[in-house]
Amino acid sequence: MVSEYLLEMKGIDKSFPGVKALQKVDLQLKAGEVHALLGENGAGKSTLIKVLGGIYHAEAGEIFIEGQQTVIDGVTAARNAGISIVHQELVLVPYMTVAENIFLGREPGTKLNVKRTQMVKEAQELLDRYEMNIQADTLVEHLTIAQQQMVEIVKAISVNAKILVMDEPTSSISDKEVNFLFNTIRTLTKQGVGIIYISHKMSELEEICDRVTVMRDGQTVGTRVVKETTKDELIALMVGRELTNYYVRDFVKPGEVVLKCEHISDGKMAKDASFELRKGEILGFAGLVGAGRSETMKALFGLTPGSTGDVYVKGKKAEIHSPIDALKYGIALVPESRKTEGLYQVQSVKYNSTIQVLKQFISKLMVNRRKEEEITQKYIDLMRTKTPNQEQTIGNLSGGNQQKVMIGRWLATDPDILILDEPTRGVDVGAKAEIYSIMNDLTKTGVSIIMISSEMPEIINMSDRVYVMNDGRVTGCLDHDTVTQERIMQMAAK
Amino acid sequence: MATRVKNGIVKYFKDNIGIIIALLAMCIFLVIYPRTSSTFLTQKNIFNILRQNSTNLFLATGMTMVIILGGIELSVGSVIALSGCVAAICAVNLGLPEWVGFLAALGVGAAVGIFNGFVISMTDIPPFIVTLASMNITKGIALVLTGGAPIRCMTDVFKFPGAGYVFKVVPTPVVLMLIIFVIASLMINRTQLGRHMYAVGGNAQAAKFSGINVKKVKFIIYTYTGLMAGLAGIVTASRLYSGQPTAGDGAEMDAIAAVVVGGTSMSGGSGRIGGTLIGVLIIGVLNNGLNLMGVDSNWQYIVKGMVILLAVYVDWIRSRRR
Repeated sequence: MVSEYLLEMKGIDKSFPGVKALQKVDLQLKAGEVHALLGENGAGKSTLIKVLGGIYHAEAGEIFIEGQQTVIDGVTAARNAGISIVHQELVLVPYMTVAENIFLGREPGTKLNVKRTQMVKEAQELLDRYEMNIQADTLVEHLTIAQQQMVEIVKAISVNAKILVMDEPTSSISDKEVNFLFNTIRTLTKQGVGIIYISHKMSELEEICDRVTVMRDGQTVGTRVVKETTKDELIALMVGRELTNYYVRDFVKPGEVVLKCEHISDGKMAKDASFELRKGEILGFAGLVGAGRSETMKALFGLTPGSTGDVYVKGKKAEIHSPIDALKYGIALVPESRKTEGLYQVQSVKYNSTIQVLKQFISKLMVNRRKEEEITQKYIDLMRTKTPNQEQTIGNLSGGNQQKVMIGRWLATDPDILILDEPTRGVDVGAKAEIYSIMNDLTKTGVSIIMISSEMPEIINMSDRVYVMNDGRVTGCLDHDTVTQERIMQMAAK
Repeated sequence: MATRVKNGIVKYFKDNIGIIIALLAMCIFLVIYPRTSSTFLTQKNIFNILRQNSTNLFLATGMTMVIILGGIELSVGSVIALSGCVAAICAVNLGLPEWVGFLAALGVGAAVGIFNGFVISMTDIPPFIVTLASMNITKGIALVLTGGAPIRCMTDVFKFPGAGYVFKVVPTPVVLMLIIFVIASLMINRTQLGRHMYAVGGNAQAAKFSGINVKKVKFIIYTYTGLMAGLAGIVTASRLYSGQPTAGDGAEMDAIAAVVVGGTSMSGGSGRIGGTLIGVLIIGVLNNGLNLMGVDSNWQYIVKGMVILLAVYVDWIRSRRR
């Protein structure tokens, strides 16, 4: 039987402790098409791709390749089936050459006698074929991020892949390089390769993609032909509800300036950022990845040794050399990455909730367990965290609940100024709305919030004011009533 | 309050049930087995086991904390040798009072601990490498100072910490063992430092964001471990009536084994001091039992290795099922 589709995934189920990551997911890819996979963070796109790539094993469902049912039970099986994935995080070996990376694990020659000259020559041919201006014998660590991305793509297609998955390939490269990437994609589709393209950028969809499948909460909610759909329809599919009800924000007149920062610099990514925060407002920080937003906040929070600039808290100059100092001034920073910067994965919800307020219940070799439980419960209730009990290992909670515990932990320090770095990344839609509503409540009690976010709707709907950063500097400030996505983009890219 | 204590005890048994059963099984076997039944459960033998394993407990309390931090400490064995020799040199060669020698020995332990702690907290050099270096340096100093020969010291005061008795009944090392265990338990379970240890070992990056002074935590714990090795050196030298440059050979491995058998994960961020106590006892009873049974000492290593692997394997199965 010859199928219309190059790849067909049917009824894929996958769950993790406490979360149903995928439920009856269907996806069809035709040969020679670029098929966009769209969905909010946590919608299940990455999980689906990992099932396809043999990294995760689905609990139910079938995969057909060119009409043949195929079992993908490992990375090798996926590769043999002609599936190749360019991951969002780069997985090249930095201390090896480009050629060595491309041929990693399948070097020409024998195991003991690798034919290096031949390898470099073949790699160079591949690179040249796609007009990539990269020498095959350079070390990967000497390449720019964009060039590394290109090498990843060459590596992925060099195994004669029929199905190529690209996970947000343009998130870290410039416009010029994007054009280049798109040309490469067009060349590939002419050869009959089917491409699954994950991206958040609507403009790219229109430019390069033929069809689009939208995912939400671990389910596929629809497939459309790109030319026949609208941006609004896609957003409605993604979010699944009216955006206006989603964001909860009662704008009040902000009070006096509580935090003033001048010329914040960490000598690297943050170059010269100045801004002020007023009492009871949510101050959005927009910008492209790498604009230095997180770095500026880390410098302000005392996490970067050798950073410079002046910080004034409530009009008085503050000396902040470590997070301990920052906490004393009533500043809290909820970091961007839960996994690497926030949580103690093997520990309980209780431990994770109270690690910053140990003073309140541990002193003179006595632990006041009742107080410890009270504090934990207070922030479970406030954040509406769903956990079976306080002893639950935090790694077993869903992303949204982990995020809530993490925000709660910093709220326990009773901050006046709360810096949230990507507060809803990897959080499901329901928890997102709750986090917005809690942020809104906090501002009413006089807490001032700085929110770094790469999600435009969040920035636009929640912020009293929006600072835009570009190349380590603040390039503009927009008020709530004048902010638009276009204006932010103009400032972010200038 | 009473229910909390009861809950605590229940939780202790629940957490350590696997190794408690293993320990009990070994004891029951030795009580029933004909060749050991008459000797194993005597007061003399029990005190003997505790005395012989007291030094391992001192080391293992520090090692537990170091491993919770995600580190390792290989120099404790060499510190036993050097601190014991220094104590004997002070008392014999320099003619100082014994207690000055003991203080000097503790000082040696603390100094090595401070060195390890300083280098590990100030640089990114892995603890394995740093303590491998200090292990060799420390051992070398002990050999240089003594010329490779033991320094004998037979005075009653010198014999007291290792071979003496408190109230004429309880061996001094057993009393020290209790004191150290209580101190370490309090440090881990009832101080902010204790919580911070788990944070640093579980996610050092997150600990920095939490405003935890990561360097200070590492420094304190390596210093504590060095100090414990110094104490173990005193007790060992005292038991041998001499400072010996080869004492404590491989002691670091016994300590690591006790910690790992006690359920502390080598990847850091989790672990329990209560488990370590049982780990020390399991290794102690195992050694004692094999001796009582008359197993050839060469074979004892093989049995010990297999028991360690088995204990950790069972724990791994249990944690996977969770």
